[in-house]
Amino acid sequence: MEKHVIQYQTVHFNLNGKDVERTVDVRASLTDTLRNDFRMTSVKKGCEVGECGACNVLIDGEAFNSCIYLAVWAEGKRIRTLEGLLGPNGELSDIQQAFVDEAAIQCGFCTPGFILTAVEILESGKEYTDDELRKLLSGHLCRCTGYENILRAVKKTMYKRLGKEMPQA
Amino acid sequence: MYDMKALYQAKDVADAVALRLAHPEAHIIAGGSDVLVQMREGKRAGVELISIQGLDELRGVSLEEDGTLRIGSLTSFSHITRDPLIQKYINVLGEAVDQVGGPQIRNIGTIGGNTCNGVTSADSASTLHAWDAVVELTGPDGVRCQPISEFYIRAGKVDIREGEIQTAILIQKDSYLDTFGHYIKYAMRNAMDIATLGTSVNVRLSADKKTVERARVAFGVAGPVPLRARTAEALAAGKPVTMELAEAFAQAVKEDINPRDSWRAAKDFRMHIAVESAKRAFIESVKLAGGAL
Repeated sequence: MEKHVIQYQTVHFNLNGKDVERTVDVRASLTDTLRNDFRMTSVKKGCEVGECGACNVLIDGEAFNSCIYLAVWAEGKRIRTLEGLLGPNGELSDIQQAFVDEAAIQCGFCTPGFILTAVEILESGKEYTDDELRKLLSGHLCRCTGYENILRAVKKTMYKRLGKEMPQA
Repeated sequence: MYDMKALYQAKDVADAVALRLAHPEAHIIAGGSDVLVQMREGKRAGVELISIQGLDELRGVSLEEDGTLRIGSLTSFSHITRDPLIQKYINVLGEAVDQVGGPQIRNIGTIGGNTCNGVTSADSASTLHAWDAVVELTGPDGVRCQPISEFYIRAGKVDIREGEIQTAILIQKDSYLDTFGHYIKYAMRNAMDIATLGTSVNVRLSADKKTVERARVAFGVAGPVPLRARTAEALAAGKPVTMELAEAFAQAVKEDINPRDSWRAAKDFRMHIAVESAKRAFIESVKLAGGAL
């Protein structure tokens, strides 16, 4: 096989509120860089072809599967991972606590991805129907929970943040 | 790590054209949801890539002076769905691309990539065919515009020439004026699935809403490339809006389509859902246009 050209590039981006820079191999995915260079191990390696959502991160406020995103594309972007949701002393955010309270977690592998999509949903400030929430969460696979508890955790937090009573089903 | 030979990152459109000329073997990468996945599968392993991801000038939707709707090739599906111009003039396109993959795929996937991969099942493709979209390509000799029906050569092959990149998808004013459409994706799952068949219909009704002035219909996965069903279109033009017309229009699509047997569905089944989808999408389009049947 023909050898590849050895290519490195320095990328600058904002990771969970902090400006960072790293010299990366241009062949690296953003998942590789976040896990290996920054120890953001909430970013899970699942299918690595953009189907399961375990590697989901927020880039400029939108959810992306970081496994099919080149690390060099992060230049100038604002990137958030689950680690960025924690309070100064490691306190859980409301959406994380809701996942715990609603038993929306079993093995936990899909959880960081789901929670970051939930953050995008919650930060839109909109009120969604159950069907809309299901569609918005549909880019993640969970083999443990059956999804109902995840939906409930997101819905509960949505109503809490909107300052409204959650309608009883 | 991706198995790529080299990565060239374009700074602007002119730079992308220069890189295309300098590296004719290199593959263009836009969002990456096709290219990187195929690289992982080994299909594109070891290739050189020209990344146009950074060309923000190719993002966004705008109206040109003559009323042409311009969709930059790197506009993501989610941005198309949310765009006010799309919602106003060609809402069906926003609805169609809102059925691609899942939310994260819709944030990274681009309309340029969806058309340049030449795949018949692309959710945007049937609607773009049904609305006579024009593909804008920029190359060493400047800008070239081509009707989307001529852009597709065969399965997986589109007419991108030496040094060219696709820079926009254009919808002309006559195509969207007073026109309303509906898209039906038939797939096994609601998310993260590829269309077994995609059907996009649009109609323009007379001022009194009683007559079909123009009806257009295009399919994905009814042939090796997206295609129009012209016999059905000719049949409906100038006819009074009735349920009988909806039925006749739907039956006539069989004249022009040629689906195949695949592991997703049999040819006979695709024929069946093509007729049914055409009928439902026609009825829905008429309703959106203010007609009653």
